[in-house]
Amino acid sequence: MKHLIDENGFYGEFGGAFIPEMLYPNVKELQDNYKEITSSKSFQQEFRKILKEYVGRPTPLYYSKNLSTKYGAKLYLKREDLNHTGAHKINNTIGQIILAQRLGKKRIIAETGAGQHGVATATACALMGMDCTIYMGAIDIERQAPNVKKMKMLGAKVVPATSGSKTLKDATNEAIRAWIQNPVDTHYIIGSVVGPHPYPQMVADFQSVISEEIQIQLATEEGTTKPDYVIACVGGGSNAIGAFYHFIDNNHTKLIAVEAAGLGVSSGKTAASIALGKKGIIHASKTYLMQTNDGQIVEPHSISAGLDYPGIGPVHSYLYDSSKAEFTSVTDQEALDAGMQLARTEGIIPALESSHALAQLEKMNFKSSDVVVVNLSGRGDKDMGTYEKYVK
Amino acid sequence: MNNRITSLFERKKKDILNIYFTAGYPELDDTARILKHISTLDVDLVEIGIPFSDPLADGPTIQNSGSIALENGISLAKIFEQLEGVRETVDTPIILMGYLNSLLQFGEKEFCQRCEEVGVDGLIIPDMPLGYYQKHYETLFKKHGLVNIMLVTPETSEERIREIDAKSEAFIYAVSSNSITGGSVNVNAQVEYYNRLNAMNLTTPHLIGFGVSDRDSFNNVCQYSAGGIIGSAFIKAINQEGALEENVTKFITEIRSKN
Ligand SMILES: Cc1ncc(COP(=O)(O)O)c(C=O)c1O
Repeated sequence: MKHLIDENGFYGEFGGAFIPEMLYPNVKELQDNYKEITSSKSFQQEFRKILKEYVGRPTPLYYSKNLSTKYGAKLYLKREDLNHTGAHKINNTIGQIILAQRLGKKRIIAETGAGQHGVATATACALMGMDCTIYMGAIDIERQAPNVKKMKMLGAKVVPATSGSKTLKDATNEAIRAWIQNPVDTHYIIGSVVGPHPYPQMVADFQSVISEEIQIQLATEEGTTKPDYVIACVGGGSNAIGAFYHFIDNNHTKLIAVEAAGLGVSSGKTAASIALGKKGIIHASKTYLMQTNDGQIVEPHSISAGLDYPGIGPVHSYLYDSSKAEFTSVTDQEALDAGMQLARTEGIIPALESSHALAQLEKMNFKSSDVVVVNLSGRGDKDMGTYEKYVK
Repeated sequence: MNNRITSLFERKKKDILNIYFTAGYPELDDTARILKHISTLDVDLVEIGIPFSDPLADGPTIQNSGSIALENGISLAKIFEQLEGVRETVDTPIILMGYLNSLLQFGEKEFCQRCEEVGVDGLIIPDMPLGYYQKHYETLFKKHGLVNIMLVTPETSEERIREIDAKSEAFIYAVSSNSITGGSVNVNAQVEYYNRLNAMNLTTPHLIGFGVSDRDSFNNVCQYSAGGIIGSAFIKAINQEGALEENVTKFITEIRSKN
């Protein structure tokens, strides 16, 4: 999928680097160096070694008998929830922290929504001995409390973002502002395929390990490297692009990206950026985003903090416009139902984000021979408070 | 080109005072009111901020004023309505400052057209990269008599400063420090940077902004440049008790007082 992006960081008309001059040196340094650094043999060796020995990769591709029977297809779960720290986010933070070290950076900043990226960043910083500050929306600090405690125990400073909707979008604004004020010694680890070029490409490259493994695992299990369907949830879109990456260029595999509909796409309380979005600029990238006619970014809603974002990575806007992937959405309630079902039938408590991908299964019409992979992006420990309320 | 900003910089080389305020703040209809009053005072240039929900380059003061203005009901269309007719009484050059998404949603051509109609002279769009400007906007701006004002910072390389200088028509906005708006400049720490800028002998003059907040910091930056830009401090000043016009007069008089 590397050929989809041009040298200025555009996927078709989407992406780019719409940054104020204050960020230019920071972003330029990355643009000029990341390819050479990350494609070097020594980088890849270090990255792969940590993924294997520390993160626990490869993650299993689990054939679910119960779900297969229920939905009438061969259903596999890609178990990103079994990564160290409990989500796919760590694939990216390990890659970026090695890059930061090689660029001579001393401090790391990051934004987080669900706290999964924050925990993964704090973990990588603890491992590599780097100073760590995490920006997190004040609302998310409340609803994802266990992750806040973890970040602190791991030695990170957690700074609440109190502007706007006090969620992921605002945490990202604060992290970008912090980066403006610390241009020399600090690297900003963005948590999804969003932000200015080269972040969307870099994060996708680090997450592409997911579909790389799926290919190898399916070859053994099913004797094919082309599943019929890959289904993933999209917030910014990093787990989805990681799961899609090696299948984008084959026109057999149907890629299904599931957005958070919140209370419903037309309820006014939603985070379905593709369903409702118009083209514009968010966090320095041109993409679909939820906005008013006047161009004000609309405050999103999703029960899942990791999907509570009014935009979507530019690569996904491109996949949507070029019909290379299908975009759907799932409501809060549908996601909760799917999460409960997985817990009861498989003994796996999924992250609320991942529950959105699972809920999509209800809406599909499979053939019994279809090989279907759902990317189980994370585990649900952080969401126990929300699930608990729902069970009552 | 006969543009009010370029004429100003031809006429005046020192102590230029540029005041930034947010449209639709403190009250929705204060935009033209502040502008008209400022034009009677010793202010050379005004920058009117277009409120945006996610202003990446701005600190808390300007962010807050923008949020309040949006709650008041401001929009880009409304700003143009408010500026309609101000040129009958106001001769001060006007710059609009805003983020690229606002222009995209309004329509790029319509935006430039409306700027020309109401008498806007220049634009500062911090998140519009130089290359993008050249490709998509330069011709359009020229057609409507608008000058593009670009930023440089202490971290901007000499090569890039020269590139920006070559593409600038009126002045360069020299950001005082590695900061968002409203930070506090430590003028002494920045002397090296100011001297470096001056030693480059650029063809375009520059104004220094971000953190310039009172008479002392204004006078300080004036020693190293054609003048200073005051935003957050002005916004704080007009948010105080008392009549708007009186607060504006008091603030400007204080900045311009000599001893
Ligand atoms: C488990 C999990 N899945 C998905 C996401 C959504 O992010 P992305 O769309 O980048 O994968 C998050 C974000 O926090 C997450 O924690």
